[in-house]
Amino acid sequence: MLYPNVEELRLNYLQIMQEPSFQKEFHDLLRDYVGRPTPLFKANRLSEKYHTTIYLKREDLCHTGAHKVNNTIGQILMAKRLGKNKIVAETGAGQHGVATATVCALMGLECIVYMGAIDIERQAPNVARMRMLGATVVAAQSGSKTLKDATNEAMRHWINNPVDTHYIIGSVVGPHPYPDMVARFQSVISEEIKWQLKEKEGKENPDYVIACVGGGSNAAGAFYHFLDATETKLIAAEAAGQGVASGHSAATTFLGKEGVLHGSRSLLMQTEDGQVVEPYSISAGLDYPGIGPMHAHLFKTGRAQFFAIEDEEALASALELSQLEGIIPALESSHALAVLPHLKAKKDEIVVINLSGRGDKDLGTYMKRLNLI
Amino acid sequence: MNRIDKVFAEKNGPVLNIYATAGFPNFDDTLTVIKSLSEGGADIIEIGMPYSDPVADGETIQMANQVSLDQGMSVAKLFDQLKDLRKEVQTPVILMGYVNPVLQFGIEKFCQKCAEVGVDGLILPDLPMAEYLAEYKSIFDRYGLYNIFLITPQTSDDRIRYIDEHSHGFIYMVSSASTTGAKTGISEEQEAYFKRIAGMNLKNPRLIGFGISDNDSFLKASKHASGAIIGSAFVKLLSTSKNIKLDIVNFLHSILK
Repeated sequence: MLYPNVEELRLNYLQIMQEPSFQKEFHDLLRDYVGRPTPLFKANRLSEKYHTTIYLKREDLCHTGAHKVNNTIGQILMAKRLGKNKIVAETGAGQHGVATATVCALMGLECIVYMGAIDIERQAPNVARMRMLGATVVAAQSGSKTLKDATNEAMRHWINNPVDTHYIIGSVVGPHPYPDMVARFQSVISEEIKWQLKEKEGKENPDYVIACVGGGSNAAGAFYHFLDATETKLIAAEAAGQGVASGHSAATTFLGKEGVLHGSRSLLMQTEDGQVVEPYSISAGLDYPGIGPMHAHLFKTGRAQFFAIEDEEALASALELSQLEGIIPALESSHALAVLPHLKAKKDEIVVINLSGRGDKDLGTYMKRLNLI
Repeated sequence: MNRIDKVFAEKNGPVLNIYATAGFPNFDDTLTVIKSLSEGGADIIEIGMPYSDPVADGETIQMANQVSLDQGMSVAKLFDQLKDLRKEVQTPVILMGYVNPVLQFGIEKFCQKCAEVGVDGLILPDLPMAEYLAEYKSIFDRYGLYNIFLITPQTSDDRIRYIDEHSHGFIYMVSSASTTGAKTGISEEQEAYFKRIAGMNLKNPRLIGFGISDNDSFLKASKHASGAIIGSAFVKLLSTSKNIKLDIVNFLHSILK
């Protein structure tokens, strides 16, 4: 039923992305509006603690506070070129919703964001941001009332409005060409890491790149230009929640098997009967029951190594980075940081961690869980 | 001859296809609902295999899916419920559902069970045509199962021809750009679309679904196709029914009067 919508995009996206006018508008906005390039920051005190050389890719300094905006800028330009005047999006924690509402305001397009009813309660500040930016936030009341249900509702909205609406998916999931298109828009992250590292260390390829994976958009962007650089080890941090075996987890590569959801065939957390399981993580941005097909492939081929990081480890890493480097990370990014104690990198090795977002949105959780009140 | 073909070959007047979710309203109602639909005059019966994330369906059918899952329904249990289907009912039965539960059950085993209990066809809205042709068609064919494809007002003529070429049984015409149960009634714009498709002289008969809920919309839709499909309106009836058998017969009377 979505075939005409997806086909229109599939037939046009590569050509549109390659047009010089598109490239210019995209890169101008990334520079002047998003604030790119984001810094590659050498974290000296963190490096000292882990006896290695650690760089942080500061996606948290992007406008709106996370990498999500790289993709929404790209997709809104795509939507305009496809002649669409309305945008629909799904959001979990609200970061992608805010990034979508932001670019819709920038371009003067109508914006509807579906968000699980439970997430709307949990993430009130982001709901307010979206509304202030002029977006309509609609509660997804079906199923578990979280991210996957918001995605269902956004897809239904697109089925009901196929002609004038573009669906901005926030991660490297969904039907082709979304996983590829979103990865390409996010690939600016690794493109910058390469030249920045060359400037600082005299070589383009680090020994490790670490990123967190929910659906996997920031990891796709951080890995993209290193996929063929086999000297660079790719490390993905999944959310283990309260523990991989606890029944409250979102670690898809540990708990999932091959399945189909939202138009992707990939690894999926599901029951024996093929019903989708509701994932859990302290971080709302990581509790998606699947991962992008590219990451399933990296897992299967062993090109990326996957770690399952528990809530408590992520919280400890958030506190550690705050106090060692003066940077409060998002809970999602804290999962990537929490790989460090497991990594055992050597002193002269270079580790790049993709700091995908800032922690402002997670202050409520930090206040409660780190006894800051 | 596949039972679906037989209906279209022999039926005088519009074909009525009714959708019901398996295991709804109660876990053990599946066969009762099928029998009552058959006795009441439904020509084709579509049984929904419940799924946690039924993206093509609106809230009524999603609710029925969830109730059924909560009551313990699964693909395996559905086949258990249908094991004596053909002792009781000769009306064609189509299973509608989403591809993931079928994949997990095992595609070959699924088709084998379908053939064993006497299922005639399948509707899997999230199984793309290309994947079907590459990986599934030969298995479906081996077990005599018809795969029914959907078209919408946005489907191009070329693609409709392509779907027609690879279809058996009938083509499921979605009446408007919509999920199930989202809209009711038939607009002039929709009638124009129905006429356009009727004018294409496709080899397969067409049934119109989505937004069909009563005698009026059933007859309107059937003017431009071989018949129509009712889903959400019937599921709504089941969700409040105190006497399923009686209500089903009365419902069919009201549609076919």
